[in-house]
Amino acid sequence: MSNSVTNILLVGVGGQGILLASEILSEAFMLGGFDVKKSEIHGMSQRGGSVASHVRYGKEVFSPIVPEGEGDILFGFEMLETYRSLPLLKKGGTVVANDLRIPPPSVLLGQETYPEDLTGKIEALFPDFTLVDGQKLATEAGNIRAANTVLLGAVSKRLDIPEVCWRQALEKMVPKKALEMNIQAFRMGRDL
Amino acid sequence: MKEILSGNEAIARGAYEAGVKVASGYPGTPSTEILENILQYKKIDASWAPNEKVAMEVGIGASFGGGRAIVTMKHVGVNVAADPLFTFSYTGVGGGFVLIAADDPEMHSSQNEQDSRNYARFAKVPMLEPADSQECKDFTRLAFELSEQFDTPVMLRSCTRISHGKSIVELNEPVSGLPEPRLVKNPSKLVMLPGNARVRHPLVEERMVKLAAFGASAPFNSVEMRDGEIGVITAGISYNYVREVLPNASVLKLGMVNPLPMELVRDFARKVNKLYVVEELDPFIEEQVRAAGIAVTGKEIIPICGELTPGRLRNAFTTAGIVGAGLPRPEQGDETSPLQIEKLPGRPPNMCPGCPHRGVFYTLNQLKAYVTGDIGCYTLGFMPPLNAMDTCICMGASISNASGIVRVLPEDEKKKVVAVIGDSTFLHTGINSLMEMAYNGSPATVIILDNRITAMTGRQDNPASGWTLRDEPAVPVDLVQLCRAVGIRHVQVVDPFDLDETRKVLMEEMNRPEPSVIITNRPCVLVKREGVFEKGLALSVDEDHCSGCKACLRIGCPAIEWQPAPEGKKGKACIDPLLCNGCDVCRQLCKFDAIGRGK
Ligand SMILES: Cc1ncc(C[n+]2csc(CCOP(=O)(O)OP(=O)(O)O)c2C)c(N)n1
Repeated sequence: MSNSVTNILLVGVGGQGILLASEILSEAFMLGGFDVKKSEIHGMSQRGGSVASHVRYGKEVFSPIVPEGEGDILFGFEMLETYRSLPLLKKGGTVVANDLRIPPPSVLLGQETYPEDLTGKIEALFPDFTLVDGQKLATEAGNIRAANTVLLGAVSKRLDIPEVCWRQALEKMVPKKALEMNIQAFRMGRDL
Repeated sequence: MKEILSGNEAIARGAYEAGVKVASGYPGTPSTEILENILQYKKIDASWAPNEKVAMEVGIGASFGGGRAIVTMKHVGVNVAADPLFTFSYTGVGGGFVLIAADDPEMHSSQNEQDSRNYARFAKVPMLEPADSQECKDFTRLAFELSEQFDTPVMLRSCTRISHGKSIVELNEPVSGLPEPRLVKNPSKLVMLPGNARVRHPLVEERMVKLAAFGASAPFNSVEMRDGEIGVITAGISYNYVREVLPNASVLKLGMVNPLPMELVRDFARKVNKLYVVEELDPFIEEQVRAAGIAVTGKEIIPICGELTPGRLRNAFTTAGIVGAGLPRPEQGDETSPLQIEKLPGRPPNMCPGCPHRGVFYTLNQLKAYVTGDIGCYTLGFMPPLNAMDTCICMGASISNASGIVRVLPEDEKKKVVAVIGDSTFLHTGINSLMEMAYNGSPATVIILDNRITAMTGRQDNPASGWTLRDEPAVPVDLVQLCRAVGIRHVQVVDPFDLDETRKVLMEEMNRPEPSVIITNRPCVLVKREGVFEKGLALSVDEDHCSGCKACLRIGCPAIEWQPAPEGKKGKACIDPLLCNGCDVCRQLCKFDAIGRGK
């Protein structure tokens, strides 16, 4: 089939910085000489709702939405959202997830409980699973807010894009004064 | 030069390249970022209008003056702007005029999923529909040329996936040599008295015939012949799904969806064995093709509700038993059904911690008010545990709905009716409704939730915020004086973080058998401008005092989490100090003094 297109899904909670991460990814793919399309929903979802961004790259990309069940890589910023999105992945797909738990409203209210052992459940379904403690590594890199960059580094290792493209993408998308710290955070993720 | 742009960024770029002089609009997802991006092109006079009708008329004025004008709005905004649109279709333009209508199939952030293509046909104006960001830019430019060439306003339809999708765009230099705007008198063309309008209407009909003929050979409507078995007519975002799912199908890709180039359609239909139309929402193309006597399949298999996706399109074709055109067959050994996971706690959107709307809805719930709602972040007052909204139709409707409902209710129920409306929505169309309420003396209560910003769509300024789109200071509308000026005698301002005061004032005004307005005075926590929102000290729960009564959970603040009891102990509430904005509302609900500042 014409599957020379790589499908990446970024999922998490509104306000987590998913848009910026998907922008850096897209930029790196363009710099790598690929056609790129991405899609996500702004609006209501920014008020703490679930957010999903789709990024696709390859020789020629048509749909900006990843066809259901054809995701190659699931890049999760939060555990429940990662688990919720597993059906979007193809069989044997890759999961890279941030070890973070953000309780949704019904859990905050004590009406439902946050599902237990998501790590084990994800691993059982998708053995190619990397759990990253983004917060901890980002703190080591100098700023807890660079957690996304650590994750991005971990994802980058699974993509066939030269390192220099990642660097250029970061240079373009990250404010100058935070650049060095972000590059360091990216390395940490890439070296995992 | 190449850049990755969203559809909205590309439309803004297209406006710049087309030499646009004036840009106006009203925020609305997914259209909002067009004007916000036009800001970077300093030569364009870009501004927010209080509503879409006004934006449209500002653009029409600029066009009459000879400058190119772009006006942006979401699909439902076109309802508000429809009045000038329909008659502008008759007068035609001075400088080129383009109206961007951004649809929201699937209602990601809208109250309905109306299909704007119907407006183009209804108002008899051409409509272009781009399929990616490159086309967003190119078609915007082209739309201005068509507008001037055919003396017509042109609509460009986007949708959420186009506006908020990103793809690679090749940039061009702006056009040069456009005529300088100046006054040209032409009253018989621009004054639509019946006598003049009767002259214009036949010209409009002629124009549409000419445009259809033009479209038949224009490069934006293109035929891609592949397999002759299946032919698909499609446009916009759907084109991408067709190429993805039916890679070998022949395609007639329409860049202009109104008027349809029926000769081209007929020609294409002859070259393929079976003809389909793949379009989101209404059978807009399909019905016209069928009416032209051409056999076609469309909504029999393609869903009419919601957006299309590659998966939904593939399903539609395979369920109908259609094979060929490269439709992927289920792979060997891959017959297993898609992965199913158990039902999980949902994650609906919620008001932010410290949102000034929260305490008001809590109080409305406590007072068992019947709340006619409106559109904005505060529509989330519908959600549990606040559960304090009973109606919501369209912008501005809260006040007039309240005014109408009290006319049929028995005396004892009239006082329960409270209309709730945001500052931006009040100035959009709520002010007309308030005038009606004052004029006709409807005994309902109105709460204007003045958070100093248009929050829902991402913090846009409005006439009451004191700033313009260009971030220049403006004279803010004085809401208290405005309400008084339309004839409301009882106007009170309250601090929504003070629950006792809010409750007292609400009860007072609800019991008053006259129209009255309450205005809240706390800004949105997302306002970044200095000196507007100031974060309070974070609160915390004193574990020893917390009785586990859950009173503080009743406001549904994302910063407060219930911690279930470990074996043999009682559960308790806990405040996340990173999320808490220190609004103090939860502290006022705690009867055990367990919530305090600092720590
Ligand atoms: C006719 C129309 N135009 C635009 C929108 C998009 N929209 C939804 S809510 C809103 C404004 C909300 O601002 P405000 O009333 O100040 O309430 P806030 O979100 O700040 O609480 C807008 C512009 C719409 N739904 N309908």
